[in-house]
Amino acid sequence: MTTSEATAPAAPVAKKGPNAIGITIFVLLLFALPLLLPVVLPLLGGIITLKPNFMIFQLTLVIIYAIAILGLNIVTGYNGQFSLGHGAFYAIGAYTAAILMDKLDCPYWLTIPISGVVCLVVGFLFGLPALRLQGHYLALATFALALAVPQLLKYNHIEWLTGGVQGIVIIKPDPPFGIKAINADQWLYYLALVVACIMFWLAINLIRGRLGRAMIAIRDHPIAAEVMGINLTVVKSMAFGISAAYTGVAGALGAIAIAFVAPDSFTIFLSISFLVGLVIGGLASISGAIYGGIFIQFIPNVADAISKAAPWAIYGLFLIAAVYVMPTGAAGLIKQWQAKRRAAKQ
Amino acid sequence: MKGVKYLSSAVALAAAALVIAPAWAQKKYDTGATDTEIVFGHTGPYSGPASAYGTIGKAIQAYVNKINDEGGVNGRKLKMISYDDGYSPPKIVEQVRRLVEQDEVLFLFNTLGTPTNTAIHKYVNAKKVPHLFVATGATKWGDPKRFPWTMGWQPNYQTEGKIYAAYILENKPNAKIGILYQNDDYGKDYLKGFKDGLGSAGQKLIVKELSYEVTDPTIDSQIIELKGSGADTFFNITTPKFAAQAIRKAGDIEWKPLHFLNNVSASVGSVLTPAGLDKSVGIITAIYAKDPTDPQWANDQAYKDWSAWMDKYYPDGDKKDTFNVFGYNVSYTLVAMLKQAGDNLTRENIMKQAASLKNLNVPMLLPGINVNTSPTDFYPIEQEQLAKFNGKVFELFGKVYGE
Amino acid sequence: MEAFLHQIFSGLAAGGIYASVALALVMIYTATHHINFAQGEMAMFATFIGWALIEWGGLNFWVAFLLTIVIAFCGGFAIERIVLRPLHDKPVLSIIIAFIGLLVIFNALAGWIFGFTIKAFPSPFPTSPPFGNRFLNWHEIGTVGITVVVLLLLFAFFRLTPLGLAMRAAAFNPESARLVGIRVGLMLALGWGLAAAIGSVAGMLVAHVVYLDPNMMAGILLYGFASALLGGIDNPGGAVVGGFIVGVAENVLGAYVIGTELKLSVALVLIIGVLLVKPAGLFGRRIVTRV
Repeated sequence: MTTSEATAPAAPVAKKGPNAIGITIFVLLLFALPLLLPVVLPLLGGIITLKPNFMIFQLTLVIIYAIAILGLNIVTGYNGQFSLGHGAFYAIGAYTAAILMDKLDCPYWLTIPISGVVCLVVGFLFGLPALRLQGHYLALATFALALAVPQLLKYNHIEWLTGGVQGIVIIKPDPPFGIKAINADQWLYYLALVVACIMFWLAINLIRGRLGRAMIAIRDHPIAAEVMGINLTVVKSMAFGISAAYTGVAGALGAIAIAFVAPDSFTIFLSISFLVGLVIGGLASISGAIYGGIFIQFIPNVADAISKAAPWAIYGLFLIAAVYVMPTGAAGLIKQWQAKRRAAKQ
Repeated sequence: MKGVKYLSSAVALAAAALVIAPAWAQKKYDTGATDTEIVFGHTGPYSGPASAYGTIGKAIQAYVNKINDEGGVNGRKLKMISYDDGYSPPKIVEQVRRLVEQDEVLFLFNTLGTPTNTAIHKYVNAKKVPHLFVATGATKWGDPKRFPWTMGWQPNYQTEGKIYAAYILENKPNAKIGILYQNDDYGKDYLKGFKDGLGSAGQKLIVKELSYEVTDPTIDSQIIELKGSGADTFFNITTPKFAAQAIRKAGDIEWKPLHFLNNVSASVGSVLTPAGLDKSVGIITAIYAKDPTDPQWANDQAYKDWSAWMDKYYPDGDKKDTFNVFGYNVSYTLVAMLKQAGDNLTRENIMKQAASLKNLNVPMLLPGINVNTSPTDFYPIEQEQLAKFNGKVFELFGKVYGE
Repeated sequence: MEAFLHQIFSGLAAGGIYASVALALVMIYTATHHINFAQGEMAMFATFIGWALIEWGGLNFWVAFLLTIVIAFCGGFAIERIVLRPLHDKPVLSIIIAFIGLLVIFNALAGWIFGFTIKAFPSPFPTSPPFGNRFLNWHEIGTVGITVVVLLLLFAFFRLTPLGLAMRAAAFNPESARLVGIRVGLMLALGWGLAAAIGSVAGMLVAHVVYLDPNMMAGILLYGFASALLGGIDNPGGAVVGGFIVGVAENVLGAYVIGTELKLSVALVLIIGVLLVKPAGLFGRRIVTRV
């Protein structure tokens, strides 16, 4: 849990509205982290006994989950469409990357944008019909998608492509140009971080832009939005497609980081985890995705450390406690706290 | 008979001890081993849909506690660090990296599941960490040329599939075979072994081949379809819940094929009893371990020891659960291997000792079935014997298959 | 032909199971306008209580059955009061996360307390083949019968009793309901209690067929969910019919059309297809929004 303490206090600075300096410092800090950790950790000595490489790997996973949750946030938080099926897009992204690398010897970095595009198309096409459904019906449709995709991946007739139940083992990339200064874990961290920065920057612009405002209008008042001339079907499907693309990019990064894909990696529980991360991080909040990623990465470990007998019972208690304490998510809680502090200052 | 066997294995052990005796002279340690402690790592699904297997990890811990109470191994206490992997490949990668890089364990032991172990296969071999006695029956764990740091333990599913195939070819060459399998790596491994065993005859003999998903509520529909296909021989590749459903449904609709049930579900107490003992008569399976719910072992000393251990060290555990026998047996193998390693606790020597277990007699394995490994043989248990259920117990018959 | 008939009947039997779970979902939806994802796990847990009463307590089946229903009712009531009441003004998604929390808690507790080996759950019905046929057994007929009885009771309760009316009002429009003197909070808790009670009935009927273990309901809940939505989430009768349709369609598709490997996927696609044409389900009422 020390890692979350390391990043959490920095984040609120970034979230003070459009505070460019705060965000820059936060991002620079993240970039410096792999270089700082090996220096700082030994200094802390007995307090933190984490090993830098392992910590970097865990942080890489946090970043990847944050991208996926950001994707879900675009469709659920900003467009008001409920999805229980984003694990499916994560799986499609991961498999796209794995198949490209395994069958076509595609360079790993190229698989990331390709996975995004594949998921954009799949998400859009799925959204066109499915988004006519609402609420619980959409939940069922997306839930069905999350269940169906792992089954399709196992399907006999495409086993030559997907590796069937055995999955695909891929090769973990080394740093490019023979750079010796950083190791493979650090390189993956930087890769994920750069991709995340691009994706977060794109998301901020998307939300502030024309499409983003249309999405929010649809969430808040679909009928009024339609009357204003917004094409509901297209905007909703676009939102779904973009959201799927984000999750697909995360899936591709996840496949590269884990160096293995299999149908068992993408159970319905993955989709549920994304939803958990979304709500606990903060709906309709860009920075919320980061807190959500931290939550779904670390809280299961904490639960496991507390009880081997029934770790899920502890995890469940954490979930319920979290929605009690912060019904608007971690981002909402931090915003409230900032508002209070500002009010106290004046 | 038994005495002779014990004696021969004792002689073998003594001989092995003599060979490696010089290594005992100096103490050698890799990370995770000290004068007082041996630290090893384990992961298992304590949460999630596969949490039924979580009990294996708890049983191993219980066995470790017993060994430590008895003074440890060669004077060193065992310390097991076990994490929850939820049967998820991404999660096990994280947990195993934590074990290796953070906790600096000497070796990994009995990590569970085929997809999960596949995810860490390359990593542990690159790191040269012994990855011992993994809890999965896939065939790929015995490949010392490409993966010299990974070793399986239980008889692999393909071998077992081949045993049934051999039996059918021998005793029922005109069988019409219907197959039901779980649509995952486990089911497909059995299927492959079975088909390989049937060889060219398979095309003709197999009349129907159906799958189910673990999320399916029932498999009634599949059983009806199998009966409708006219099959007179049934290869049942299912996990306990579905095995019980299949046995009962076949009984209900009066389909009475020659029924082969995979070892995974061959438990009198937790499968056949719920399914109905009368409906289970005639079921054939291949076994290698003693079923704790089979009354024929009730007075067996090994069973009594196991039972006493369960009472003392794992009172919460279910004595009907064959996984608790599995955990006991595999831990027994581990301790025997560590004893053999003596004071040379380097990763290299651990792997070397794991690959030189000779006729190790594990009490809760069937009489006559022993653990054997060599630098080219990374399949510790390769023997199984067929048994037929007579309404009360599994009666062993025929020869012991495998070398 | 015999095999085909057999598949149909077996589908109807499975449909009875889905229908009973769907009824519990309809109940909670009618009473609270939420779909409770923890419904299946709550039913599973209640079934374990029933099993413990029979196996450990030595009670007669029907005594244990009724006792379990009462315990489940109290449990559901208490969960609403303790866990959900403080959340009632919170966003819908927060409530869904609480449902997920309950789901994993019940699943883990059941595994911890009762273990994972499957348990045979007794059936109160005779084992002899009814009327000399082998297509259905007494338990399957009994399941369908009990489901229909629960359906009729539910129908009568909501349509004919003042309490049922008050509950529907409380869910449909809490503010107005409060103004006419309905105790909305109490109604919600009662709704949870009733849904949990119906769930426990479903669980005890299902457990005999699929065997009792902590993951018993994981697969069934999805089918129940699909059945309820197919039939119309606010219509108990529709949910039951939906259950039978899903059960039969799944069997026939799996056996004759697409094979077992993809039957779940295809069945779900078909259900979604139907919902696209009839968004409120086959028998649901379409709600017209006024601007």
